[in-house]
Amino acid sequence: MATLTHGAPEIAASEVNYLNVEHGWKSWLFTTDHKRIAVLYIVSITLMFFVGGFMAVLFRINLLEPEGIFAAETYNRLFSMHGIIMVFFFLVPSIPATLANFLIPIMVGAKDLAFPRINLLSWYLYVIGAFLTMYAVIRGGVDTGWTFYTPYSSTYSNSYVLAAAFGVFVAGFSSILTGLNFIVTVHKMRAPGMSWSRLPLFVWSNYATGLIQVLGTPVLAITLLLLAFERIAHVGIFDPNIGGDPILFQHLFWFYSHPAVYIMILPGMGVISEIVSCFSRKRVFGYNFVAFSSMAIAVLSFVVWGHHLFVTGQSVYTAIAFSFLSMVVAVPSAIKVFNWTATMYKGSVSFDTPMLYAFGFIGLFTIGGLTGLHLASLSTDVAMHGTYFVVAHFHYVMVGGMVMAFMGGLHFWWPKITGRMYPEAWSKFAALIVFIGFNLTFFPQFILGYLGMPRRYHAYPPEFQALNVLSTAGASILGIGYVIPMIYLIWSLKNGPKAGPNPWGAAGLEWQIPSPPTTFNFDETPIVTEEAYNYGPLEEVIG
Amino acid sequence: MLASLLPIVAAASLIADQASEQAGPVDALFWFITGVSAIMTVVIFASICFFAYKYRRRTAVHATQIEGSNKLELTWSILPFLVMLVMFGWGADLFYKAQNPPTNAMEVFVTGKQWMWKVQYPDGSREIDALHVPVGTPVKLTMASEDVIHSFSVPAFRIRHDVIPGHYDSVWFTPNKPGKYHLFCTEYCGNQHAGMTGWVYVMEPREYANWASGGGGQGTLAEQGQALFQQFGCATCHLLDQQGRCPILRGIYNKPVQLDDGRTVIADDAYLRESILDPNAKIVAGFQPDVMPHFKGQVTEENVIQLIAYIKSLSPSTPASQQGGGQPTPPTPSRAARAASQANAAKPGQAVPR
Repeated sequence: MATLTHGAPEIAASEVNYLNVEHGWKSWLFTTDHKRIAVLYIVSITLMFFVGGFMAVLFRINLLEPEGIFAAETYNRLFSMHGIIMVFFFLVPSIPATLANFLIPIMVGAKDLAFPRINLLSWYLYVIGAFLTMYAVIRGGVDTGWTFYTPYSSTYSNSYVLAAAFGVFVAGFSSILTGLNFIVTVHKMRAPGMSWSRLPLFVWSNYATGLIQVLGTPVLAITLLLLAFERIAHVGIFDPNIGGDPILFQHLFWFYSHPAVYIMILPGMGVISEIVSCFSRKRVFGYNFVAFSSMAIAVLSFVVWGHHLFVTGQSVYTAIAFSFLSMVVAVPSAIKVFNWTATMYKGSVSFDTPMLYAFGFIGLFTIGGLTGLHLASLSTDVAMHGTYFVVAHFHYVMVGGMVMAFMGGLHFWWPKITGRMYPEAWSKFAALIVFIGFNLTFFPQFILGYLGMPRRYHAYPPEFQALNVLSTAGASILGIGYVIPMIYLIWSLKNGPKAGPNPWGAAGLEWQIPSPPTTFNFDETPIVTEEAYNYGPLEEVIG
Repeated sequence: MLASLLPIVAAASLIADQASEQAGPVDALFWFITGVSAIMTVVIFASICFFAYKYRRRTAVHATQIEGSNKLELTWSILPFLVMLVMFGWGADLFYKAQNPPTNAMEVFVTGKQWMWKVQYPDGSREIDALHVPVGTPVKLTMASEDVIHSFSVPAFRIRHDVIPGHYDSVWFTPNKPGKYHLFCTEYCGNQHAGMTGWVYVMEPREYANWASGGGGQGTLAEQGQALFQQFGCATCHLLDQQGRCPILRGIYNKPVQLDDGRTVIADDAYLRESILDPNAKIVAGFQPDVMPHFKGQVTEENVIQLIAYIKSLSPSTPASQQGGGQPTPPTPSRAARAASQANAAKPGQAVPR
């Protein structure tokens, strides 16, 4: 594709775009431009990603020795903060607040999101939440795990539970506002001719995500408030010693947090639909099924939370019902994988970096999804619950899936966001390193879990050492795989070759406007006359 | 560096131990799901690689636009779903059958506490972070927590159950292979969570009988409970043979109790535990509230287990005989006697490390 890039028409240096229209820190901190807010989010979540990732590197080092290297206290705080930061401050906002924030208005043919100021507010809430949580980290951290299970978190833990929980509480509102903005924008701001059946699948998946954010996140907020009441005022809600029920917390927590895992994967699925279609030069196979599978996932995600409670002694019939529903939610995910694969059939497939990440996503998400079946089925969950099998499973989905999709999407839309291309060879090399490092880190954890190694152990029986060393070795490779793009992407901001409006020859409204776009995206409201992914022969598009 | 690791990986055992009756069936399902998953993964990987190669971008060859196919969509929705239904049904069936222990199960009491497992046997002996059981006998654990949520897990048995403060949880297994197996806490419980481990020793019946006869010295669990019953002054109101200010406890175990609000409850372990710790929660018909002091915070979960064992010993028959299954057994069976009867049927045991 590099040749295409160089062949793209040069943009006149005088041309004004959203990046150079205003200068100075005020123009960023008081902006209501969805694209600038997306850039603010990219910077913020990248920082948090590297903080959370650094903690992962530290506790993987601890696990090199069976008896551990750090104190138990240190290890417990590291894995807890890793989880809290990665889930609430990276994965949940990762694609919605960055790529979707940037792209949804453009993809539907609008000048901005429906509520530009609320969009800025959501970023401020995110930053306040992040500061509160980082305050907890600096004061000494929190040691409850990201799940904040009671009564440990409400009564027994001596760490900074309240600060961390309050940070998550505040960041939750940021997530609600983003979701709300997307829902209203998709409903009300579509350009003439942009019917629901012409929406790019990326918009569909973020719309579905928005529904979960708006409906689920308030429950998390309530749960954390109740936790705070109990911790501060000793109101008996979860602690049985003062009349509470610890399992109530788990029901409330997972009522949000299971749907939240779909917040953490649906937007990634949307990215993959865009990439696979573009680099196969084909309309996505079974558009309707892929779109509706997103909605099906959003709805079903609210009725599977009980599979986190299979070993708590919930009623056997409840457990059976949740097991069944957990199997059902696997169907729409499977539909997507099959359709992406079928999209390549009789396509014209190229191996640009975004496509490499898409291949990685499909492969790793497939493994992550299928191992979910072990945990949806009752008696195998009893055997695997609380072990590294679960850790490996959700990292295959969250990291192998969502982070791969984020990286793929970032590379795919980088020329649109920055107006520059990244170095092709380096980016392909990094994608390969990430794929190898990822599998080396997390595949051994499936075996560890199957052998019975519990998660959240700072020390472990010596027979598990070999696999742990392998996993730590993989983590160091994975870490390098994430640092390389960080370096070349920053380098490309000044030194990358200029990208034309449409370096990939892609369909979609975002590729019909300049790179980077102007502040209001379109000079005139576009009129949409064709379906999404209307790919013709490559030469016609590039010209 | 990686190459040097391979022999270590090869040397480490990569097949999980199976040491209970439950382990085999669970593993069969585990490998079924794993096998199906592996096939699906290979099919998808192979299709992607094949399509990526066959339809790689070439000049003068353009993509053929295809809308989709309802037939294909239905096929790859319904077929996987049917296979998943098999996984669901199989897993649910095993889970359902594993709910209730056999009526002849040997009962052991386990208390989780930051950060140890305390084990009490009916004969009154106690251990910490160790559980000894004879091979071939179903074992039912009645579990309580002194503080936070713990989870009792023995990977080699494929069993696991959370131990949640505030009530009793239980889990059961039938060990079928002598040996020494990991016991883990698998619900994060604070600083030394990783230290809340122990061993389960599965012994040949004869070996176990020897081990069991060596313990004790403090009386059976029921006798320990009787001592507490005197010590806390329970006997002042709970008279054994005539009506006092509180209900007679003789013969009530596992019998229905009429409450003053009209409900009837069974006087099982959970009810007795609640009535000791929080006497006003349920008032027996004909009695006054606020007569008995509540013992929450005054007694440990282990004490409660001893007291319940004493109350149980005041009832002539056990739940096993009431339900008509199994043969009647004395209320506080001696582990040694039970194991010895097992040993009669078994061949001489091999030595098991203790």
